[in-house]
Amino acid sequence: MGKVQVTIDGVKVYVPDNYTILEAAKEINIHIPTLCFLKDISEIGCCRMCLVQIKGKKGLEAACVHPVSEGMEVITHSLEINKVRKKNMELILSNHPAICQSCTRSDSTCELQTLANKLGVHFLNYKKYQMNVTQNNHVEIDDGISIQRDPNRCVLCRRCVTVCNNIQTVGAISAINRGFHTQIGTAGDRGLDETRCVNCGQCINVCPTGALQEHHDNDDVFKAIYDPEKYVVVQTAPAVRAALGEAFGNPIGTDVTGKMVTALKMLGFDKVFDTDTAADLTIMEEGTELIDRIRGGGTLPLITSCSPGWIKFCEHNFPEMIPNLSTCKSPHQMLGALIKSYYAEKNNIDPEKIVVVSVMPCTAKKYEAKRPELSVNGLPDVDIVITTRELARMIKARGIDFNALGDGKFDTPLGESTGAGLIFGATGGVMEAALRTVADLLNGVSSDSIDYVQVRGVEDGIKIAEVEVADLKLRAAVAHGLGNARKLMERVKAGEHFDFIEVMACPGGCINGGGQPIQVSDVRNWVDVKEKRAQALYQGDREKFIRKSHNNPAIKRLYKEYLGMAGGMKAHKLLHTHYVDRHDD
Amino acid sequence: MASVKTANDIKLIKYETQKRIGSRLGYSNYEGADIHMMICGSTGCTSSGSGKLITKLEELIARDEMGEKVAIVKTGCFGLCAEGPIIMVQPGNVMYTQVTTEDLDEIWEEHVKGGKPVERLISQNETEFFAKQERIALRNCGRINPECIDEYIAYDGYEALGKVLNEMDPDDVIDLIKESGLRGRGGGGFPAGRKWEAGARAESPIKYICCNADEGDPGAFMDRSILEGDPHSVIEAMIIAGYACGACKGFVYIRAEYPIAVDRLRTAIEQAREYGLLGDNIMGKGFSFDIEIRLGAGAFVCGEGSALMISIEGNRGEPRPKPPRATEKGIFGYPTVLNNVETFANVPQIIVRGLDWYNSIGTEKSKGTKVFAISGKINNTGLVEIPMGTNLREIIYDIGGGIPGGKQFKAAQTGGPSGGCIPAELIDTPIDYDSLTSLGSMMGSGGLIVMDETTCMVDIAKFFLEFTVDESCGKCPPCRIGTKRMLEILERITEGKGEMSDLEELEELAETIQKGALCGLGQSAPNPVLSTMKYFKDEYIAHVRDKKCPAGVCVSMLRFIIEAETCKRCGICAKNCPVGAISGSKETPYTIDQEKCIKCGVCMTKCPFKAIMKNA
Repeated sequence: MGKVQVTIDGVKVYVPDNYTILEAAKEINIHIPTLCFLKDISEIGCCRMCLVQIKGKKGLEAACVHPVSEGMEVITHSLEINKVRKKNMELILSNHPAICQSCTRSDSTCELQTLANKLGVHFLNYKKYQMNVTQNNHVEIDDGISIQRDPNRCVLCRRCVTVCNNIQTVGAISAINRGFHTQIGTAGDRGLDETRCVNCGQCINVCPTGALQEHHDNDDVFKAIYDPEKYVVVQTAPAVRAALGEAFGNPIGTDVTGKMVTALKMLGFDKVFDTDTAADLTIMEEGTELIDRIRGGGTLPLITSCSPGWIKFCEHNFPEMIPNLSTCKSPHQMLGALIKSYYAEKNNIDPEKIVVVSVMPCTAKKYEAKRPELSVNGLPDVDIVITTRELARMIKARGIDFNALGDGKFDTPLGESTGAGLIFGATGGVMEAALRTVADLLNGVSSDSIDYVQVRGVEDGIKIAEVEVADLKLRAAVAHGLGNARKLMERVKAGEHFDFIEVMACPGGCINGGGQPIQVSDVRNWVDVKEKRAQALYQGDREKFIRKSHNNPAIKRLYKEYLGMAGGMKAHKLLHTHYVDRHDD
Repeated sequence: MASVKTANDIKLIKYETQKRIGSRLGYSNYEGADIHMMICGSTGCTSSGSGKLITKLEELIARDEMGEKVAIVKTGCFGLCAEGPIIMVQPGNVMYTQVTTEDLDEIWEEHVKGGKPVERLISQNETEFFAKQERIALRNCGRINPECIDEYIAYDGYEALGKVLNEMDPDDVIDLIKESGLRGRGGGGFPAGRKWEAGARAESPIKYICCNADEGDPGAFMDRSILEGDPHSVIEAMIIAGYACGACKGFVYIRAEYPIAVDRLRTAIEQAREYGLLGDNIMGKGFSFDIEIRLGAGAFVCGEGSALMISIEGNRGEPRPKPPRATEKGIFGYPTVLNNVETFANVPQIIVRGLDWYNSIGTEKSKGTKVFAISGKINNTGLVEIPMGTNLREIIYDIGGGIPGGKQFKAAQTGGPSGGCIPAELIDTPIDYDSLTSLGSMMGSGGLIVMDETTCMVDIAKFFLEFTVDESCGKCPPCRIGTKRMLEILERITEGKGEMSDLEELEELAETIQKGALCGLGQSAPNPVLSTMKYFKDEYIAHVRDKKCPAGVCVSMLRFIIEAETCKRCGICAKNCPVGAISGSKETPYTIDQEKCIKCGVCMTKCPFKAIMKNA
């Protein structure tokens, strides 16, 4: 790759020749405002905020997509450019409802608000334009089980469309209608729940405004907490602790497990359990399933089933692979089932009075919890799912000074976990945790080499590892992001052999789930958020005394006292499920 | 069917066909019919009833058993669309216009059978309409049967291809097109040769030639007419471009609302394939090329190059920022040379007739001719092809036959919704790419709308903006929201609710859109407003400050008033008023209640004494 010299605002800079003007300007700390641009995801130059003047060119050009070239001279700020940017912002605001007071994104994560402020749009002549969007171009809000869409708040940056189509290859949303009536919608303008949307929520993570949010469930949680009749149990997924702190101004990748547990107790939950425990349980069940399938000539590759976005994607797009899916419920569903059976029996609580709340990095879990097949004796395993963001809002609403909290501990008996359960939150984590256990179970001895680094990392979308355990040679693959999952499935269908596949719907895994705290493009464009959050989990794993699922004393106790053996009758009733062919949906 | 294995085969077919249609060419020795009844089968004349004439003519031929002697030739557009349906009887170039089936009986008896042209039915406007035209792109329209490849060949068709494949290197072709000065006829006027050169230089195993037939300007229909009247000229040019640029495949992107053009193009492509002019190893020279038709859904924006290519790929047609240019990354990511129909239609003639000939037509920087679709307040609406540099006066008064009703010429809009207006005082400006741009308008695809004193310039600007607002793709905010806001202001102004600050706001919005919009269509969307504001500012001010529409068009500002002195108190107006807004009696003069009046103007037309005035 060559380098070229570019002059930006009079400053000369040498940059690689594949840089855009935006990247070159960043090198010399010149900030060009952007709105639609999101690195590696949406690079289409449609919002016209990053316009710059290139010497010798007639009009203004979009810095986010315009490549540099040798000798190029660029002006990023001038009276003329500022005027166009500002007017452009005024136009966008003229078609944006002024309901910021009640928008979840008014917590300083609204990129539109931030940019308008930066550009100095402090006064809008409302009279000048027929300003009232609700009269002008009003569209109904689509409030689905997982995702809420308010097209009125949409600025048509198209990030959601590109992430849904290009990264996830789900294709549930696209631009519909033309001109002023353009909006982001679904085929036939149906609600998201009636489409092939898998509820991964990646669209929410990239949305610069409040047009896309999770379906809000935290009021129901408060209602349950304050209901004296209810016994409210909360559980938190591994990835939540690696990101919750961001909502309170902590650096990306800060592990806030202890503070989180304290906050949950202060919120008034009767018990605070750890989904990590159920992750260890998943490994026992799934590991057993894998060994059984290999030894018994069952359907291979076995594909993990922890990610509900992936499950729905598979049901829609690869129904022929349903027999390959592990029958294991996802960890929080397993834990919910156990809370309403094992825990309820043990503590003599009427399971009907138990409300299980799952705090998840994920929006797809909301839809998952509503699946009728995920219940035992007519009781849903999990009653309410809230996202990491919703938990942060609850903590703020309750007036808790999160950063000042001390470290609390999860309750027993479903709060003990291992490093293996913790790394479930990052891509490759389920695979690594499984390999640690499968290796020991097959070898009959405890192995010391437990770091399967070949399946770690967020860079490669598909990671392949060949592992020798006992007399077996296992070919394993890990895919994260549904576009990569699609590619991997095509390879499997084309005949490539794998024994075990881990799929997580979100790029980077659960740490980058659709329910995690919003990181705005100004951060995401220059920092790999996934990487930093994943590091927090692997750091936690290293610090754990027990790092293999089968060594978790809580799990051992559970099998001994209640479940019997892994993959046994009782385990099957409580911890396993089945899937639906949604090919025609 | 014949097959073309060498350039010489083309000559043979030409010779054979010329013999067959010899009477049309004025030969004394010929084999086919004596009389060729050339009937326009293009969209315009088809809708004014040429189909019925063809049926009738077939009946007459059968009745009188004249099948050997008289041939019916369904042609493309003659251009004089206002006077359709048109029949031209050959030999003799006798043009009959607005022909009815009864007229046809007369023509049949008198002219065809009797040999005497029917003077009464011969077009009066024909001479003036055609005198100043120079038909290159339209050369075969009205002259050949576009569904017969042999007839195209008879008129020098595929001769250019033969010459290129046998005598020229790809570089020679590019040099020739560069030196010809041919510029893109679709709007921007980019030199075609330079585009071809960029396409040829692009390194890629796959390249495409693409023809833009997504004619979207309201009122423009030259591309449709060329494809309906002479599809092979475009096919031939695309093959030549493929050879010059190293591309083996071409796409024609054409809107589905052009069914006749699509049919004829499809037929032409099939014929060219049967002759071996499309396909593998054309004329035995080792070069292969084929063409695929892609139908568009009629979005204006899909005429923009990048949106067109994205649409061909099967996605929502929206422009993307450049670079990369299409010649680097076009359809499916491969280098693509995109030219418009009219541009291609010029190419074979440039090659056959040579540089000296072509360079002698037009102005210094705009060579050749341009086809205009003239419409609006003009006598001869239709399609004309004139040398670049012809001035507006010649187009309107000489070719167009002037303004109906002897009204005053006020302005002409060129370039459609992306262009601007040229006011009466600039009527002597020679028309070429650069002069139009310097006037704040543009060539565009060649729509030319003539306006007279009864046209309100604010209203016309509003009309074009309505079009752009409807047709904006919605991708970038300056165009999506900005044009809508401009339209809202114009609506206020034409409703008499404008303020002087609105005029400044219009200019500011226009600047933002021009500088900020993503594509050429967005950037040029404010042009109709800016150019009318430039040349007719006083009309805007009259609307805003005086709440008056000088042309009497804007209904909200219109007042109908009964002049008491002239009124004979007959009461006819009151009887005819649909909303009962007029009252009076034999004793009291009639008056109009302005609150109730819906400004329909019925009273004014009904008043026998011309006592009712439209007060602008």
